[in-house]
Amino acid sequence: MSDNNLGYLVAAYSLFFIGIALYVRRIARLQGAVEEELRELRERLKR
Amino acid sequence: MRADAILGPVAAVAMLVALYMAFLVAPTEASMGLVQRIFYIHVSSAFTTYFCFFATAGASIAYLWKGSEGADRLANASAEVGVLFCTLVMITGPIWARPIWGAYWTWDPRLTMTLILWGIYVGYLMLRAFGGEDEAVARYAAVLGIAGVLAIPVIRVSVRLLQGMHPSVLQQRDGSGSGLDPTMTMVMWVATLAVALLAAWLVALRMRVERTVTEAAALRRALDLQQGSPA
Repeated sequence: MSDNNLGYLVAAYSLFFIGIALYVRRIARLQGAVEEELRELRERLKR
Repeated sequence: MRADAILGPVAAVAMLVALYMAFLVAPTEASMGLVQRIFYIHVSSAFTTYFCFFATAGASIAYLWKGSEGADRLANASAEVGVLFCTLVMITGPIWARPIWGAYWTWDPRLTMTLILWGIYVGYLMLRAFGGEDEAVARYAAVLGIAGVLAIPVIRVSVRLLQGMHPSVLQQRDGSGSGLDPTMTMVMWVATLAVALLAAWLVALRMRVERTVTEAAALRRALDLQQGSPA
C-alpha cells in the first residue's frame, strides 16, 4: 500500500464534510429568507 | 425545546466519536491500507440513505392515508437529505474504488442500482420543486416516494445474485457472515449511528424551514383577506 493513497482518504473525508457544510449553509439561508419574509408580513398585518 | 436544537449537539458529539474510532480505534486493513478507512463514511452514508428513503416512503404512506401536512413535510425533508447522502455515497465510493479497482466507476449491479435510486429521488425532488403547490402534485410525489424505496431491496439482492465487483458488507454471497474484523464492524455501526443522527438533525432543520414557509403562506392569505383581495 503506497502512501499516495492517503490523498484519496483525505479527499473522501473532506468532500463528505464539505457536502454537509454546503447543505447546512443552504438550509440556513433558506430559513433566513423565509423568516425575513415572515417578519415583513407580520409588520404589514399590524399596520 | 426544538428537535434540531437537541439533535445538533448530539450529532456533533457522535460524529467526533465516530471519527476518533475510524482513525484511532479501527485496525488498518492488511491489503488496502489506510484508504480502507473511507469504508466508515461510505457505508454509514449508504445505510443513512436507506433510512432516509424508508422515512420518505413511510411518511408518504401516512400522507396518503391521513392527509397529514406534517407527514408530507417529513417525506419531502427526508427525501432531500437522502439524496444528499446518496450523492455522498457516490462521491466517496468512486474515490475509494480508484486505488483499489483501478477505476472510479464500473457498471457494477450495485453501483448502477444506486445511481437509479439516486435518479428516482432526484425526480421526486424536481416534482416537488417545479410541480407547484397543487395537492395532486403532493400525492404523485408520495406515490413516487413509496415506489422508489422498492429499489433498495433490489440493491441488496443484486450484490448476492449478480456477479458484481462491489463487496457485500453484512453477508457474503453464500449467505455467511461478512468476514469483517469485529472491531471494524463495531466502528462501522458507531459511524452509522453518528451519520444517521447527523441526517436526523438535517431533516429536523429542513422541516423547520417548511413549517416557516407554511406559516408565511398563512399570513399572506390573512393579509390578502384583510386587504379585501383573497388569493
